Amino acid sequence: MVRKLMEGSEFVSEAVRLCRPDLVSAYPITPQTHIVESLAKLKADGKIDAKFLEVESEFSAMSSVVGAVAACSRAFTATSSQGLALMHEVLFAASGLRLPVVMIVANRALSAPINIWNDHSDTMAERDSGWIQLYAENIQEVIDTLIQAYRIAEDNRVLLPVMVCMDGFILTHTIEPADLPDQKEVDEFLPKYKPTHAVLDPERPMTLGPFAYPEPYFELRKELSKAVDDSKEVISEVNDKFAKKFGRKYGNGLIEEYKNDRKIAIIGLGSVCGTLREVVDKRKDTGLVKIKCYRPLPKEDLNKALKRKKIVIVLEKAVAIGLGSGPVFAEIRDLLYSVKERPKIINAIAGLGGVDIRIKDVNALIDESKNMKDGEVRWLKS
Amino acid sequence: MKKSKDKSKSKHTIGGTVKEPGSAKVLKTGVWRNFKPVVTEKCIGCGTCVLFCPEGCIKIVDKKAKIDYDYCKGCMICLVECPVKAIIKEREEK
Repeated sequence: MVRKLMEGSEFVSEAVRLCRPDLVSAYPITPQTHIVESLAKLKADGKIDAKFLEVESEFSAMSSVVGAVAACSRAFTATSSQGLALMHEVLFAASGLRLPVVMIVANRALSAPINIWNDHSDTMAERDSGWIQLYAENIQEVIDTLIQAYRIAEDNRVLLPVMVCMDGFILTHTIEPADLPDQKEVDEFLPKYKPTHAVLDPERPMTLGPFAYPEPYFELRKELSKAVDDSKEVISEVNDKFAKKFGRKYGNGLIEEYKNDRKIAIIGLGSVCGTLREVVDKRKDTGLVKIKCYRPLPKEDLNKALKRKKIVIVLEKAVAIGLGSGPVFAEIRDLLYSVKERPKIINAIAGLGGVDIRIKDVNALIDESKNMKDGEVRWLKS
Repeated sequence: MKKSKDKSKSKHTIGGTVKEPGSAKVLKTGVWRNFKPVVTEKCIGCGTCVLFCPEGCIKIVDKKAKIDYDYCKGCMICLVECPVKAIIKEREEK
């Protein structure tokens, strides 16, 4: 293991190199650009063995990666915001075909108006696409989650695509020290991808993505939904195995609790959890529940972590327009519906389009939450 | 779709993959038809319809066109292309 000081995007490209992909196919978009740049440099310097495909759009990037994985390769792509939106159609093909594609999304706001800064509008819009979504808090977690993502995706019990979400600029462009695992250790942790369910090979003809009549389609969708739900077990298991090998652990791989023995719990996803830890450290009434795995939603774990609370505050960087609240809030409220003494649940929509979420804003929110109504939605703006 | 060995409980393969080639022969797509082309006595056995049939399901047998109704989808291209108007359209009885 080597402790290095690099930019988040450079760390991502190094982590991709360690995973030994056969294909890297990506189209540059802010704030993901440095990831593609660093990977192109690794390729030019002969440090990565992958084929590097320069595509003309994100639609092609995702399509080529789907094709490569169908042909038993390990592939990598990365995108952001509008790029992810352009991939939308192919995302469903990847999950429906049960292809273990792994992608980094540098989270960024969606147009219009055009905005390049961080929020979670892009990945939240793809929450029903059948992809596993893992959110990372810091650069170290991005590196570790990316390595875990291939192991989770390619597991025979899972066979699903995984999106590793890292906050644009906040993580992609920050220079931070992190540990880079050794190649040998990663090789031991990540065996070669050897599928039997989907193999594009002229020697053994197989039809991928055939036409399905209503009944089989219905059943296959049900199976996909179940497969995503059931992947929780493997995600936790991979988190444990990773901890054993590399010495780092992120909660149970699904959620992470920090000082969560207090009467108020604040929920966050991604890099904002760093800020929330600071807030929690200085208070005596609030603990943090970080959702690392948002799809599948770890309902049982969240229920356990939240049910005895007085107040639950869901702080999120996205809005479900037409619902008047954030998407995560709606789901947390749904899963706490059947709890007998339900906590008061409050939603804070924050950081849209890169608005800073400051410690004092969060403190003020927690202070005010005592006088807020159950279900109230607060738009936090500095 | 054939029964899967990957997951014992499911009747489908993972992702609905068709693992054996030749399903186009097994699945008789002729059931899609609402109208069927019928070859009449006027047929001169020239083979124009054989060349135009997109399903490749017309053959010349004893100098007359013969349609394989297991796979004919009823597109009526043969009817349009026949130089002697020997093919007529009939409603499919189901």
